[in-house]
Amino acid sequence: MVNDYKKIVQPSKWMSAPGPDGDVVLSSRVRLARNLAKIPFPYLASDSQTAAVAEQVYAASQDLDGDLGKMTYYRMQELPSLSRQALVEKYLISPLLAKESHNSAVLLRDDEGVSIMVNEEDHLRIQCLLPGLQLEEALQEANRYDELLEQRLDYAYDERWGYLTVCPTNVGTGLRASVMLHLPALAVTKQLNRILSAIAQVGLAVRGIYGEGSETTGNLVQISNQVTLGQSAEEIVSNLFGVTRQIVEQEKQVRQVLLNEDRDRTADRVNRAYGVLSHARLLSSQEAMQLMSDVRLGVDLGLIEEVQGDLLKELLVLQRPANLQLYTNRTLNALDRDRERARLFRQKLTQSKQA
Amino acid sequence: MLCQECQKNQATVHLTKIVNGEHSEQHLCEQCAREKGEFVFNHQPFSIHHLLTGLMNIDAQPADKLMGFTSAKVQCNNCGLTYAQFGQIGRFGCSECYHAFGEWLVPLMRRIHGSTQHVGTVPRRAEGAVKLRRSLEELRQQLQHLVEQEEFEKAAEVRDRIRELEEQEQEQEGGAANG
Repeated sequence: MVNDYKKIVQPSKWMSAPGPDGDVVLSSRVRLARNLAKIPFPYLASDSQTAAVAEQVYAASQDLDGDLGKMTYYRMQELPSLSRQALVEKYLISPLLAKESHNSAVLLRDDEGVSIMVNEEDHLRIQCLLPGLQLEEALQEANRYDELLEQRLDYAYDERWGYLTVCPTNVGTGLRASVMLHLPALAVTKQLNRILSAIAQVGLAVRGIYGEGSETTGNLVQISNQVTLGQSAEEIVSNLFGVTRQIVEQEKQVRQVLLNEDRDRTADRVNRAYGVLSHARLLSSQEAMQLMSDVRLGVDLGLIEEVQGDLLKELLVLQRPANLQLYTNRTLNALDRDRERARLFRQKLTQSKQA
Repeated sequence: MLCQECQKNQATVHLTKIVNGEHSEQHLCEQCAREKGEFVFNHQPFSIHHLLTGLMNIDAQPADKLMGFTSAKVQCNNCGLTYAQFGQIGRFGCSECYHAFGEWLVPLMRRIHGSTQHVGTVPRRAEGAVKLRRSLEELRQQLQHLVEQEEFEKAAEVRDRIRELEEQEQEQEGGAANG
């Protein structure tokens, strides 16, 4: 039994490659909510019931060892809170799983492309997280794990309502598919809000990422499906894929306009950001996010050649509080964090320049 | 404004107490307020569940008629959650709640999803059970028909086949309960 998460500073699968349309789509995620028949859901179940669920899933994972690929099982109560938080920051587990433990656990594939949460809101949440726009691939992968686990577990399913979930908003397919998009050109030309409200009208949910409240930070936006009943998983995923492709095209067009018609100002802005990011002595998370967005745009437009796009994806996670503390191997208060964050960027960006 | 207690942090918690008609005000930072036990901070943030409760108990009457009693009396036999509790917390208690709450879920699901019928993947195990149930239904109808026609020899064959399938069904259910 492994009781600590050691690979915190290793990039997850979604951070270590660009993937298709990777200059706009940072990651694609699919998660399936599943429950075991008749056993009360985690928030209502007794301690022994959730323990039994965890035990069943663990046993299934042991049985399926060869088919699941190399996976590690982490029990939340055995994991230090900083490690739990770091997993949240990498999007591998949900804040709920990290916070409220009902004998909660995660089965994490070693490349961190697949994580299976146990005793989250639902008994099981099977998640696949891939770089770039790969929704169908993520669905296929999640389905493969779903089918394997189904051989060993008795799923709650109903002919009419489909897969039964704790929250009525997840029932049916139990599927939530989402993409994380970087939309700096649409943001700077003030078209983002118009597009986001259009997205909401076609039944998809939009939210900012890492942001406070509804404010989007670093021009990052997450789009996901809302409806889970009455549409097949494939339909849901292909709808989201279609809408995402449209937004990607819009963003790319506006980027070309910025490059062709406003080149000097764009080049100036992104390089100023690069200058600050690689030389600052104190950086708040908020400021770093905004600067990274500008630098990333510069990299994607070929206006900054010294930096790799994937490095910025990795830094997006590494600069967050828990990952930063595990990276520096120290407990840091807010001011310490701003200093160490600035140091992290100086180091990583200089290394990148030399490489 | 600084916290009245520690005089160090910004006061972010502003309390107005009225005790026996007397007003008193306090301005504290989160930490001091927590230490003084003045305020419970781990209150549930506003979530989807709160919105859902607003959608329930609407259009309940047609379902009442269909089921022959009001939703107030409905309770899940398996986990004990009542429909009223479900209305308050917006979450089911277990898989059996879906059966217990039956027709009352229809308007809710229609509002959330615009649909009341799952489309797509069927778990393989359930697939077997569904097929079994359907062929049992067919055979029972066949049996009735044969009896009416007084074709007793054929009816006996069908009856044996039904028994076989019923045993299979029981085995599956037993397996599911143990699994």
